[in-house]
Amino acid sequence: MKRFSETINVRELLRPIGQMIAFSLGGGAVLSLVVVLLALLLDQTAVGQNLQARYSVSLVTYTLANLPQVLIDGLTIGFVYAAIALGYTMVYGVLEFINFAHSEIFAVGAFVGVEILIALKNAGILSAASLGVAYLILLLALLAGMTASGFLAVAVERIAYRPLRGAPRLVPLISAIGVSFFLQDIIRLVESLTTGQFNRIIPTFGNFDERLIFGQLPLGATTVVLGVQIKSLIVILVAVIMLVGLNYLVNATKIGKAIRAVAQDRPTASLMGIDVNRIISITFLIGGTLGGAAGVLYALKFTRIDPFVGFFPGLKAFTAAVLGGIGNLTGALLGGIVLGLLETFAGAFMSAFTMGAAGAEYKDIFAFGILILVLIFRPNGLMGENVSQKA
Amino acid sequence: MSLLTLENVHSYYGRIHALKGISIEINQGEIVTLIGANGAGKSTTLRTISGILHPKQGRVLLKEQDISHMEPHNIVAAGIGHVPEGRGIFPNLTVKENMEIGAFTLNDNAEIARRMDHAVTLFPRLKERISQKGGTLSGGEQQMLAIARGLMLQPSVLMLDEPSMGLAPVLVELIFDIIKQLNEQGTTILLVEQNALMALSIAHRGYVLQTGEIVISDTAANLKQNETVQHAYLGVE
Repeated sequence: MKRFSETINVRELLRPIGQMIAFSLGGGAVLSLVVVLLALLLDQTAVGQNLQARYSVSLVTYTLANLPQVLIDGLTIGFVYAAIALGYTMVYGVLEFINFAHSEIFAVGAFVGVEILIALKNAGILSAASLGVAYLILLLALLAGMTASGFLAVAVERIAYRPLRGAPRLVPLISAIGVSFFLQDIIRLVESLTTGQFNRIIPTFGNFDERLIFGQLPLGATTVVLGVQIKSLIVILVAVIMLVGLNYLVNATKIGKAIRAVAQDRPTASLMGIDVNRIISITFLIGGTLGGAAGVLYALKFTRIDPFVGFFPGLKAFTAAVLGGIGNLTGALLGGIVLGLLETFAGAFMSAFTMGAAGAEYKDIFAFGILILVLIFRPNGLMGENVSQKA
Repeated sequence: MSLLTLENVHSYYGRIHALKGISIEINQGEIVTLIGANGAGKSTTLRTISGILHPKQGRVLLKEQDISHMEPHNIVAAGIGHVPEGRGIFPNLTVKENMEIGAFTLNDNAEIARRMDHAVTLFPRLKERISQKGGTLSGGEQQMLAIARGLMLQPSVLMLDEPSMGLAPVLVELIFDIIKQLNEQGTTILLVEQNALMALSIAHRGYVLQTGEIVISDTAANLKQNETVQHAYLGVE
């Protein structure tokens, strides 16, 4: 038997936590600075006067008052994106292939989790649950979503990608898009046969919708309440635990070493006695599990899901993966957090800064504008390595 | 009885008929070399043995066991080590991790550590580089690492594909000394080389491959004297 300290590599546990804190604080600080400076500039112009006239509040005050909530919301969605992005980036790392069905793997996780909660609600268990039981039930829904998505991802690889392993790169990509539509319609079919409706709403239970209040910040005429919705905290916490776990698995375990070896040189990895197909299945299992958990967390945060719920988060997580440098785990983390913050900031402040000309509905311009800029100016992403190094 | 046997093996790359009925025998304790020009099928032979390619016809036998249709990772576990052409170092894994990966099928950490110690006594340079990334090593160091990694599972047959490629003459001699030393310690070796003179100087027997067929097979000493071999591969006019 080995001693505990020998088996646990503490450094690999702390490193990703440090990275996440750095990315969150760094991204949040930069964006906060930008909006506050913009607000200071625009306050003297028609934009500020307009706001002053309508709500008798200065643009700077408005911005500062909204900032804490925007930061929390941005981080919440950012961590969800990061968890999904890791699924894209891991599969890309091993197979150099974008699994476009990953957004539906995410959606299936969301549906499984939500349907379980709805079933428990209909059975009367949810309303009778004490607080502790409510958290256990949420954990159960999470684990169910993770399991379903994990095994679905493995099955999709087996059926739709593995037979195409030797084919030109475009072929499995088209297959992935086919799987994506197929799964979307399967969700629709199953939902319409069983429930007769496509939109599902996560039941309200536990104390997840309550807000924790930390204090109040007087700001001129207004007072800003500093608080966090409990479900936002849960989303961030669960995501952080998963991301740390994944980092540990990849960087400090034997399986992780095999995953990295397969990613770098598949034929040679097989000559080392590594069962490459098994490692690829494990990669899909991990990516799918993270995606499923992200689905349940997304449903918890945004309450309503439909069969197309995977499309936009999937596309944005893909953008996040490219932004950070596809194939790079730390990059996916950075990309997810930055993208989540960026689009939430855009959604929150665009309307005020443009006098209502461009509202929150245009926030996606930022996400996909970033994708285009990255592809043009830094195709390897922010943390991407030189592609030639891989060969 | 031979340790590794190829019986009338035919292999294809897509539609290209790369091996046209190759028969090879390797006995316990031998160094056997395959020599031949570029594209003669030397590497293809090794890839067919290690299961990256499967023969369309014929059999590959390890002792009595037919391994022709086993997957590469199972063939490794059965006892065949393959140090591939171009060394196949994982550039983003450290030297230590590369060697640990070489012992992937082994679960005894103490044994892995013991074997790693043994490997670095053969190649002291690797000890200095132990926590460096594989991609930062020089060509010679990478070749040393590739061989050290190939030894981690103590294979009954170690196949080496062009170990001299791209190395300075001094390093080539060092690598060949070590191959000889490994053989003296009991490892059976199948050596593919362009540098026929070097290969024949340490081998017991050799096969000459030409466009997917074996044209000559003899002892190394006889091959060195063979006029065709001298003319085509040893640069003797």
